Amino acid sequence: MTIQKNAAKKTFNKKRLLMVLPMLVAFALGMFLFQGIGQDPNKMESSLIGRALPQFTAKTLASPATQVSQNDMIGAPALINVWATWCPTCRAEHEFLNRIAAQEGVKIFGVNYHDQRNAAQQWLQDLGSPYVFTVFDPKGALGIELGVVGAPETYLIDAQGIVVDKLTGELNDRTWPPLREQYLSLLQGTN
Amino acid sequence: MVKDVFVAFAISMLSLVVPIANADIKSYEFAQPQMAQRFSDLTTVLRCPKCQNQNLADSDSIIAKDLRAQIQTLLNDGQSDKQITDFMVQRYGDFILYDPPFNQATLVLWIAPIAMIFIGLWALWFLGRKTAPQGAMLSLDEQQQLQQLLADNPQQQPSNGHDHGKD
Repeated sequence: MTIQKNAAKKTFNKKRLLMVLPMLVAFALGMFLFQGIGQDPNKMESSLIGRALPQFTAKTLASPATQVSQNDMIGAPALINVWATWCPTCRAEHEFLNRIAAQEGVKIFGVNYHDQRNAAQQWLQDLGSPYVFTVFDPKGALGIELGVVGAPETYLIDAQGIVVDKLTGELNDRTWPPLREQYLSLLQGTN
Repeated sequence: MVKDVFVAFAISMLSLVVPIANADIKSYEFAQPQMAQRFSDLTTVLRCPKCQNQNLADSDSIIAKDLRAQIQTLLNDGQSDKQITDFMVQRYGDFILYDPPFNQATLVLWIAPIAMIFIGLWALWFLGRKTAPQGAMLSLDEQQQLQQLLADNPQQQPSNGHDHGKD
């Protein structure tokens, strides 16, 4: 009698488990999908993070006679900012770049991406240049090596030229602080 | 009339599925003729990093053009398809592949459908299995009682289901 009662109890428990199981599965699926809400589907992990800057040689924007390579960017923590005159967001962030270069002493290298030399030179003359120097990349060759998707993009490198982080989009009061924190800790590391 | 509308609708839907031929492909020149085919294959399976729902062949964005030109160069350099996709993955991540590789980040993507099938099969088996032993749940006493009742009322034996709705 008790054995049968236990058996009945067992099926009852199983039945209850079976009823709860779909709820648990639905809940787990819900949680999984919920954490995706608000995430930017355009945000991609740069595969360059944690790796050394690619090797390249290119002319500078200032002069077709001056050749630079990745070694010219290595030595101190710095930003590499990909920009173009056809890019409205680049225009929007330019003043901000000027400010952090002048006031915070941030070392910034420019990569002029898919642009015309005259227009780009004029742009820097009119708006001021936050850059130590700008690499002229009219065909996007350096862009491909860096994994650039579109301007603006900003890379943070350490003193050894390892890419630490990457920002796609505008650098401003909202996006700079997290990068700045990393930049400052890199500075402390080198001193 | 309704049929015509349906056919028109079906055809218009089909046009969404059929990949848009790449008019641009003629402008790429290759050292060997079969490279053109490999070029069109590669630009179909590689995703444009900028406009993420298009492949490299379909996209008109700057980066897609650059990457197409890059693939052309790599093909003419004699690189294999594997070398070329590796080149892209190295710079743009697994993201650039329409066919995602099996790794930690894509684990759920690959496992979930298979797991769902097994959970479904298990549920079917579990539910199907349960019906059979239910009759045996009566105790011996109860079974005897049941036999007794059936014997006492032979005209009320359980119907076989065919005479539903007779009364």
